[in-house]
Amino acid sequence: MTQVVVTGIGAVTPLGVGARTLYERWLAGRSGIEDGEGVAREYEPKEHLSVKEARRADRFTQFAMVAGDEALAEAGWSDELPYDSTRVACIIGTGIGGIGTLEHNHDVLRDSGPKKVSPLAVPLMMSNAAPGALSMRYKLRGHSYGIVSACAAGAHAIGTAASLIQSGAADAVVTGGSEAALTPLSKAAFAALDALSDSGISRPFDARRDGFVMGEGAAVLVLEDAEKAKARGATIIATVKGYGASSDAHHITAPQSEGLGAAQAIGQALESAGLTPADVDYVNAHGTSTPLNDRAETKAIKLALGDRAGQIPVSSTKSAIGHLLGAAGAVEAVATILALRDRMAPPTLGYEEVEEGLDLDYVPNTARPLETNGHLPVALSNAFGFGGHNAVLCLEAAE
Amino acid sequence: MAEKTITPEAVETTVREALAQFGPEPEEITLDATFEQLDVDSLDLAELSQIIEDEYGVKLKGEDVGKIKTVGDAVDLVVNRAG
Repeated sequence: MTQVVVTGIGAVTPLGVGARTLYERWLAGRSGIEDGEGVAREYEPKEHLSVKEARRADRFTQFAMVAGDEALAEAGWSDELPYDSTRVACIIGTGIGGIGTLEHNHDVLRDSGPKKVSPLAVPLMMSNAAPGALSMRYKLRGHSYGIVSACAAGAHAIGTAASLIQSGAADAVVTGGSEAALTPLSKAAFAALDALSDSGISRPFDARRDGFVMGEGAAVLVLEDAEKAKARGATIIATVKGYGASSDAHHITAPQSEGLGAAQAIGQALESAGLTPADVDYVNAHGTSTPLNDRAETKAIKLALGDRAGQIPVSSTKSAIGHLLGAAGAVEAVATILALRDRMAPPTLGYEEVEEGLDLDYVPNTARPLETNGHLPVALSNAFGFGGHNAVLCLEAAE
Repeated sequence: MAEKTITPEAVETTVREALAQFGPEPEEITLDATFEQLDVDSLDLAELSQIIEDEYGVKLKGEDVGKIKTVGDAVDLVVNRAG
């Protein structure tokens, strides 16, 4: 089986601009959440994009462009692609796409009439705008499309990207997820669904958790066929060892309460990696801080990993940045990759009160070294979305 | 909204101000500058047409806009349509 490696990563998140900024600040226990929102406050479009680039891209696409520039620079791709451009794909996930553009143009339509609606409205709001923009920006001429699976989209994108390389359809893929949905309609709609935290605190797995805190941002990864990456002398950051995906086929928003679909995806990710629960050193949980998810996910981890579940550190990036929806799976995969590199389990911030039945090792509040007994550490990164979509990545540190 | 009276000077100002929002530096926007030089594409011209219609009440046809190559061509198209 063709191995797929990661050679570049980039991120824009509520903890700042840069993949390492995200990881280092999370590891140090810093939170990017203020006033109940995870805004990418340090992102300033003018620092990264020209006037034209910025006005031609919704905020979610801008995040993907900036994360993409970072990832391609790290991969050594900034000046020239190392592969035939028709063999390089671009797969980017999003939950909602350019909803800020949609809402703005709806305001214009209502207040000023149809003739004032911008000709840029469609190209900015469409959910495939980010892969479109990245393909043009980097001249990627292979498979290119968006992945839409709500809060699992970022992980589905990476899994799909790895599958394209393994199937022989691409030598490399620029992939990830992006979201910028901190808009009035989106916030009101999630609040109406009773999904958002009233307290404005993201504390996954804690007994007091009361919903998720919405965040925004993106992460982009460069994936390559391992043999080809080695042949060109690339620096390898991690290996995408396995990928599992499933559907709960149960309820449009609620997870199956026993975590059956999620456990199936976790098992499939391990099986496709050729690994067993004994090989897993860390789980980066979906851990949304909603009452339902964290309970069902805990059950899913136990179901899939058996006795091993209680011995593995399990933490949630959302405790530090909130829920980045369609970007979450990609942002969390990037954070997981850096945690594996450093052999560290980053913390679940704010975790204090134990709830009966939620009894895994959630790494409360302080990062801790992973116990790997000298082998290359392996992690699972979970992402689950409304619609019953489950996507799980199995990641391994580089040699 | 009251529409502006079309004069070459007024239209030139409108076109320059619109194009400057799209990305080119104001000093680059001369009457003989081409849209290719300014990196102004069909979507920019669709926005420009919308601004022209809004300010002067002149609706530019897509096929006419598709033929113009320079900033001066855009000004002439609007002025001639009015005449």
